[in-house]
Amino acid sequence: MSRHLFYGCLLSEIKVPMQSGMAIKLTDVSKRFGAVRANDKVSLSVEAGTIHGIVGENGAGKSTLMSILYGFYQYDSGTTEVFGKDHYFNNSREALAAGIGMVHQHFMLVDPFTVLENVMLGNEGGKLLKEGREQARTELTRLADEYGLSVDVNARVSSLSVGHQQRVEILKALYRGAKILILDEPTGVLTPQETTELFRILNALKDQGVTIILITHKLQEIMAITDNVSVMRAGKMVAHRKTSETSKEDIAELMVGRKVLLQVDKDESVTGKPLISVKNLTVKDAQGIERVKNVSFDVKAGEVVGIAGVSGNGQSELLEALSGITKIDEGSIEINGSLLTRKQPISPSKMRDIGLAHVPEDRHRMGMVNSFAAYESSALGYHNDEAYNGRFLMSRQKVKEYCGKLMDAFDVRPRDPNLKSANFSGGNQQKLILAREIERNPDILLVGQPTRGVDIGAIEFIHKRIIEMRDAGKAVLLVSVELEEIISVSDRVLVMCDGYISGEVSAAEADEKTLGLMMTNTDAAANLEEVVS
Amino acid sequence: MSQGSHEMPFWMDAILLPFLNIVTAFAATAVIFLAIGVDPVEATQILLFGAFGYEEGIGYTLFFTTNFIFTGLAVAVAFHAGLFNIGGEGQAYIGGLGAGMLCLFLGQWLPGLLVIPLAIVAAALFGAAWAYIPAYLQAYRGSHIVITTIMFNFLASSLMVYLMVDVLKEDGQQSPQSAEFAESSWLYSMHDFLAIFGVEIEASPLNLSIFLALLAAVFVWIFIWHTRWGYEIRTIGSNATAGVYAGIKPARVIVLSMCISGALAGMVGVNEVMGVHHRLMLDFHVGYGFAGIAVALMGRNHPVGIILAALLFGVLYQGGAELAFEMSNINRDIVVVMQGLVILFSGALEFMYRPWLMRMYLAISGRGDKQEVAA
Repeated sequence: MSRHLFYGCLLSEIKVPMQSGMAIKLTDVSKRFGAVRANDKVSLSVEAGTIHGIVGENGAGKSTLMSILYGFYQYDSGTTEVFGKDHYFNNSREALAAGIGMVHQHFMLVDPFTVLENVMLGNEGGKLLKEGREQARTELTRLADEYGLSVDVNARVSSLSVGHQQRVEILKALYRGAKILILDEPTGVLTPQETTELFRILNALKDQGVTIILITHKLQEIMAITDNVSVMRAGKMVAHRKTSETSKEDIAELMVGRKVLLQVDKDESVTGKPLISVKNLTVKDAQGIERVKNVSFDVKAGEVVGIAGVSGNGQSELLEALSGITKIDEGSIEINGSLLTRKQPISPSKMRDIGLAHVPEDRHRMGMVNSFAAYESSALGYHNDEAYNGRFLMSRQKVKEYCGKLMDAFDVRPRDPNLKSANFSGGNQQKLILAREIERNPDILLVGQPTRGVDIGAIEFIHKRIIEMRDAGKAVLLVSVELEEIISVSDRVLVMCDGYISGEVSAAEADEKTLGLMMTNTDAAANLEEVVS
Repeated sequence: MSQGSHEMPFWMDAILLPFLNIVTAFAATAVIFLAIGVDPVEATQILLFGAFGYEEGIGYTLFFTTNFIFTGLAVAVAFHAGLFNIGGEGQAYIGGLGAGMLCLFLGQWLPGLLVIPLAIVAAALFGAAWAYIPAYLQAYRGSHIVITTIMFNFLASSLMVYLMVDVLKEDGQQSPQSAEFAESSWLYSMHDFLAIFGVEIEASPLNLSIFLALLAAVFVWIFIWHTRWGYEIRTIGSNATAGVYAGIKPARVIVLSMCISGALAGMVGVNEVMGVHHRLMLDFHVGYGFAGIAVALMGRNHPVGIILAALLFGVLYQGGAELAFEMSNINRDIVVVMQGLVILFSGALEFMYRPWLMRMYLAISGRGDKQEVAA
């Protein structure tokens, strides 16, 4: 039997609704990396034909557990049963053969290939592509129809939207005979509408008997779609709940181990004069493609302006233009009285001098240097400060002392300036960067994705500090893909779509639905531009 | 889950690991020696005696070490900026040209106290200038520095042949070399220098350049780790995006670090041209630039490590030469194989023992049980 037919057989099994029972049963699975116990006697039962959510803070061990299930890592002790049979996966091929498929957070697709070629990859079914191609095409069309996963099989992956690329990933797993699908943070890159669409697909899959494991840190998604939920904390499984019998607050408390305030407390803002004033700003990337298109807005002293949008719609470029990192092409930016234009750029270090601080979106790529000790990262951007430098020499002692102060002020743990930056948890790295930028008392704060990959406890703290900045009369521009964060922290919300500002609402009027519509509404953006010009 | 974030104690990483690598390289060499019918124990004795057994041998060893310190530091400085400077050969060559021309033309007019510092500066400037062009091309035109520095080695080579044959050749001579410099521009050799203080040692090429090399090592240490320019270099080298965010201009860092790198490599010219040959000639630099890459790798790009690694290479050069001279069935090529094995095990396979050592360390220290899960 050729490999291709073999997978075909597996596929035909999917159609038969699963007899109830356990799809996956893990008992006392432990895995350690060196000194770290990533998973400590974790037990998990996933009922066949259900959607099972797994939540936990960063570093709680969710990803490790899923990597074990998918055969990426091998566990040290414990047992795994898949559909009642004992298994020990040495690699992901064996996991696939047992019916487990995975959709990664970062897609594993070959961009220049078509959908069909991507799905066939690894299952070409013969020496010549031709042999397997037609068969694969038929099979793929059938699968797509059956689950409502409509995708143009001949389209290049690079031309597809993120939502459709994700469908290709799901199809790929199904094509290989997956009866259990693991999705790792699937909605991080999707718009609210795409998320709704994904959930429809997941429900359709569930109706056909597919078992789905959903890893996420978004509690409302857990509430919306899962049947059961398991909570992990510090490498241990701390609770299993039926979703219908629990609440967001309950799960949040289980994740963090203490009560958590999900809403941000704040008073009405008192605004002053504009500190950021952007007029008809256009920014092109290195390829000459316009990323920010004719954008105008103000941020006044004493307010938080949030920029919502699906990531990749010009927010990053806007932040980089505002902080002086990239050159602008048209329009002007006025920062605290200094004018920036195409012919008159202001360097990032000059920006700092005129009172602008910037917490970048991606802390590993931009906000710090992973291989540096914490104290060295704490001087990034301020390394020319007179306080650190003599005529020739830079005093490590002084940098360390100042770093210690920052760590005290923002409760960075462990409080060790000599520890390598990479060895802090995401939340503590972010707190150190925020401390570096906020403690010098800037007039303007740009913050990108302040809570990405940060655990719930630290989120609360970070939001509080941003509000404090506002209350102290500073101008804050907040860019985030988390709508909940935008709505709860900002006073005013701008929505970016395809480089345009496609809408503006006050935070009081903003809800996820209206923002979601604006985030996808390119027409509105174009219209808005016409009105402006 | 940051899997790779566990760290070994410093002594394991910086001492035990390189030591194991060298032992492995020597073990492999021993196997080869046995295969060609050489007694490894006897070979080792000859090698060590050749390197350390008598004053002249020690002199040669330290003389080679001096060159390796310069080129090792050169590679390390560029490496801290994330650049792979393969052009040490050419920069050393042209550095020698700078020093040589200055001595040649000014040596007879000026006193030594003036000529020698000037010639050292000239060596640095010429080496830096030779590195500046690839650096500029990388910084402002995006040409890859590995490719351009390799090409500049060839250019240096051709240029020197032309100059030595057609321009700087001593009149009435057949061999492509310049006239001898005036004696005032000769760098004191160590035996002459020590003789001033009444200490008699055997003559060897070892000269005062070794102090210059040690000073250069101190300079690099201070510059890279204790100045804001070094901070900028390391930032760009580790994460250029973060550097731009911090307001550092990568192009300037590339040019600065490459010029310093070229200047350090150019110092080889001081050691060779001013310290030993006292005239300009062809190929005085051969091999040191490339070996500098291995020295820097082995020395973990740290001046202390580089001095130790340079010493090891000095021993291999001098002891190896002795070995080829003493034993009939060992020729120069076997010595090159030996050096190659050291480079292979301490350079390319640097981390071969690391996972194993890590496990041993964790098992022995038993820290795993105490430490809580870290994110």
